[in-house]
Order: sequence, then structure tokens, then C-alpha cells
Amino acid sequence: MSLDAVGSGDVRARTTLRGARVMRLGPVSLLVRTRALLTTLVLLGLVAVLAAYALSVGTFRLHVAEVVQILLGNGGGVGERIVMNIRLPRVLTGVFAGAALGASGAVFQSVSRNALGSPDVIGFTTGAATGAIAQIVIFGGSAVAVALSAVVTGLFTAAVVYLLASKGGRTGYRLILIGIGVGSILGALNGLMLVRGDLDDAISANLWLAGSLNARTWVHVWPVLVGVVVLVPLVAVLSRRLSMIEMGDDVARQLGVRVERTRLSAVFLAVLLAALATAAAGPIAFVALAAPQLYGRLARMSDLAVFGSASMGALLLIVADLTSQLLPLGLTLPIGRMTGIIGGIYLIWLLTRPRSV
Amino acid sequence: MTPPGHSEPSADVEPRLRADTVTLAYDGRTVSTDLSVSIPSGRFTVILGPNACGKTTLLRALARLLNPHGGQVVLDGKDIRRYPTKEVARRLGLLPQSSFAPFGISVADLVARGRFPHQRALQQWSQADDVAVTHAMQVTNVTELAERSVDELSGGQRQRVWLAMVLAQETPLLLLDEPTTFLDIAHQLEVLELCRRLNRHDGRTLVLVLHDLNQAARYADHIIVMRDGAIVAEGAPHAVLTPTMLAEVFGLQAHIMADPITGTPLVIPIGSLSSR
Repeated sequence: MSLDAVGSGDVRARTTLRGARVMRLGPVSLLVRTRALLTTLVLLGLVAVLAAYALSVGTFRLHVAEVVQILLGNGGGVGERIVMNIRLPRVLTGVFAGAALGASGAVFQSVSRNALGSPDVIGFTTGAATGAIAQIVIFGGSAVAVALSAVVTGLFTAAVVYLLASKGGRTGYRLILIGIGVGSILGALNGLMLVRGDLDDAISANLWLAGSLNARTWVHVWPVLVGVVVLVPLVAVLSRRLSMIEMGDDVARQLGVRVERTRLSAVFLAVLLAALATAAAGPIAFVALAAPQLYGRLARMSDLAVFGSASMGALLLIVADLTSQLLPLGLTLPIGRMTGIIGGIYLIWLLTRPRSV
Repeated sequence: MTPPGHSEPSADVEPRLRADTVTLAYDGRTVSTDLSVSIPSGRFTVILGPNACGKTTLLRALARLLNPHGGQVVLDGKDIRRYPTKEVARRLGLLPQSSFAPFGISVADLVARGRFPHQRALQQWSQADDVAVTHAMQVTNVTELAERSVDELSGGQRQRVWLAMVLAQETPLLLLDEPTTFLDIAHQLEVLELCRRLNRHDGRTLVLVLHDLNQAARYADHIIVMRDGAIVAEGAPHAVLTPTMLAEVFGLQAHIMADPITGTPLVIPIGSLSSR
């Protein structure tokens, strides 16, 4: 398959860079990595297909064709209510939380120059969870309040880690080690709140903590959906500069990149994305860590790929959700636990490989 | 073809880059106070000096990677801080001592990143970018390696790739911080010969920080000697490299004779004065 369908004649030109084409439209010229573009399109296609399938499975079985009809507005009856009120919010929460985590992970891996740099490893997700649990256990807040608290404490945690890590020069390892330390403290705090809290609240907090797409409503969907639609393109705008910073602060600066400003903006956006995902679906492990890596390997991309990582994140989350629903275990495994199990195995594999971390 | 012989650049050309009484500090520690230096245009300048004498700090200040606490760096007649960042990057390229190749990046892709200051968000690749990358790879002799991953290369190859990246930037001024470190002697000479060609044929102004006195003597038109953050000597190699200077600045007892091949000063170290 080639890009021939996209344009014709001299609109596209080959470059000295292998696998890259330039698309020109008037004064605009975009460098397109053919393989990366195709990979992203395939991933998005898979997300769409699996999402449609996910809308059809459940106790009340529907045909995929029926689902499509319902989505086109030609539905009606019980089927429509189930799809529009129960299944669609669940699927969309999963897709957008996954996309947010994928993009967020891509930024953190770039900033820390390390495959372990991911919001769930460096404590930001735990920090977001602290706010959410406090809200559930102590204040008994609504879903919106829980989401808001998660975002606020996630950002606060990030600010603390960032400040601590920037003393004496910020290196990737420093950021990760301090993040792990801060994350452990917050993890203990989270555990403490669960033990001290009222039993019912503790159970609902625990459910949230397991990371779940069950009982998602439109209230959960909107924040993360809007977040992804607005923030991911912003991150993408920064991605070229972030790629330059990966070569070292001095190299980037001498190439004309405002390093501190770029990095701070990108980290802020990435924390926001991770916190929105956490608020919507609970702390979901592994997706932010793995999505950028998997995408990078599939697309053979060495540049920071925001859209690609987001697509991969969405795919991973929807696959994990479907797997946890379809496993013939008679138990609905919370999705956060599912991704945790897969993620643990992936992490061990990553760590035992030479030269990748 | 111009012969590779010495086409003496006019020495009185207004220097494009200079520092005016700059005070340079790192983490609150002052390295240089009221330092002034001019980089002669169109020349091959080498900065020499013992470890931790402020060579890298000066280079970083000249490239605006470090803001002076006092004084100013002047690029083409204007305070360097008054340029847009990308404009500085189109006039002046710097290769720092440490840099990281992103995991799995190909040689061509890394070299292409040198074009960043010439590009914009919606103008990501032009014909000029293509020409510059191809040329930079040819000059540094890495065209054959274009598709290879930078991680797989030897130290010498990798250094040439980084040089190619800065060359693709196509800046008239090039500052290289110890470009020969970690290279074996043949590769060191290869890099220095390349720098000489860039200076003599392309007319680029070069500033190198080097440790090897004899390489400095052989390749430089102009030598700047630093100690404790100050400039203690400056001028043509034969004028600067004297036994007195070597004793004072490097604590080195040395004999100096004419290099039998090139006629430039040849430093024969006898011993360290500080160990006596």
C-alpha cells in the first residue's frame, strides 16, 4: 500500500530521509513518515472495529449491524438505551482514557529520555488517586468532584516531583527515582485512607482504585474526551521541539529551542492528560508505559509520536477491557488489574532486555 | 580549484562574535569576571587551557546557552540576547561535549535535525533542507551510513554524525567543544582536517576547544589561552606557545621546536612543574 491515493504529481516529493515524504500544499510542507502514518491509521481502524464490537457484547447481545444502526440514529427500544446510556459511555471512556495515557506516556518518556518515564511509574497517577480517594472517603463527593480532585492532586504531585528533581540538574533517572519515592509515600497515604475510612466508602474507593470502566456514564466521558481533543493536538505541536530536547538540553538550545519553556508546557499538558484519564477510569497501569514503546517499535519511529502513541493507548485499553469482559472466569476483572498483570510482564521483559532502558 | 594552501584571511575584518566584559557564573560560582574576547572572522581559532579553566563556560556563553551576569555577547553587531532563538541558531552552531542520540534514530534522521532552525511548524521540509543534509553527510563521510542506526556506530563514526548535524545547520560560525575527545589519533586528525576544510574552503569561522597543544599549533590560525576563567595569551601559534606560557599556565616544562613536517611550533613536554 502506498500513499498514492492521497495526492498526485509533485505534491509529494521524496527526500534524503528514507521512508519520509514531503506533502506540499501552497506554502505548507509537511514531512510525512509513511510507515508511521499507516500504522496510526491501522490502529485507529482497529479501535473503531473493536469499539463497535464492544458495544455489541454483554448480557443483552446485539449484532454489530444493529449497533451501527443505533449509532446512526436509526435505533430504538431497549437496544438503543443500553448502547447509548451504558455501553457507549463505557467504551468512549476507555478509548479516550487510553489515548490520554498513551500521549502522556510519550511525553514523559521523551522528557526523561527513559522508557520507564511514565506517569504511573513516577507517581503522578498515584497522586491523582490520592485526591480521588480523599474525595470519596472523606468528603463523599460526586463523580465530578472526584475527577476534579484527581486532576488537582495529580498536578500538585507533578509540581513537587518536578521541583525536587530539578535541584542539581534534571536528569532522566533523577526524575524517575524521585517520582517513585513520592509515589510510594502517596501510595501509603492512599492505603491509610482506605483503612481508616468508612467501610462502604472504602469499598467504593477500592473499586475506583482497581481501575474500572464499569458503570461509566457521560459524566465520566466528557472531561477526558474534551481533554484529549484539545490537549493532544497541543502536545503534538510541541513534539518536534521535545524530540530536539531528547538530544540534550545544550544541543536543543543551540538549535533554537526554548528548552525550559517547552519542557514545562509539555509536562503540564501530559500531567493534565494522565490526571483526566485517572479521574475517568481510575489508575490504569501499563498503558502510558507501553503504548509509546509499542508504537515506536511498530512504526520504527525515533521521533516523539503523539498521535501514534495516543492511538496505541486507545487500542490497548479497549483490548484490555474486552479481554476482561470476555474471559471465561465468571469474574469481571477490573481493567486496571488486567492492565497491571499484562504490564508487569511487559515491564520485566523490558528490563531484562539490554540497552532499552 | 583554489589550492589548499593558505589564503590569508584579512585579519582586520570586524569580528562577528565577541564577548564584552562578561561575568560568567554557574550555580552561583563565578567562573569568569569581566572577560572580553573577540573571535576573528574567517579564522580557525583554538581555545586552550588546563581543566576547569572556563573554556566550556566561555563557549556556552558565546552561543547564548549561558546568560552572562554582566556584560554582553555581541553577534553581528547586536547583543545576542536580542535575537530570536532560531535566528541565533541560523548564524551560530555549537557542538557540546555531551549529546544523546535518541534510541534507534538513523544517521540521516539525526543529521536532518540540524535543520530545525530553518524550519517551521507548517514548513517542515524544503529543497534546501534536502541539499544541506545530503551535503553535510558527504562532507563528513557518513553518506554510506545514512540508513544505519546511530546506536550501532563506533565512537569515531558517531562523532562525525554529530558534526554532520551541526554542519547541516549551515551556520557561518561553528563552535566545537572538544570534538576530538574519545577518538583515536587517526580519527582525531580526520576531524581536524575536516574542520580545516570547512574553514579554508567554505570560509566558516571555527572555534574549537582542544586539549592537544600540538594539534592546536598545527591547525589553528589563532590561539586563545585561558587560566582560571581569564584569557592569559592570544595570537598566532608561534607567538603564543612559548616555554614561559606553558610553565605558567599548564605547569609544564617543555621544549619547543619547529614541527619538521609543517613548520608550526612543536611542544616537547619534559615534565610537570607542579609535581616537583
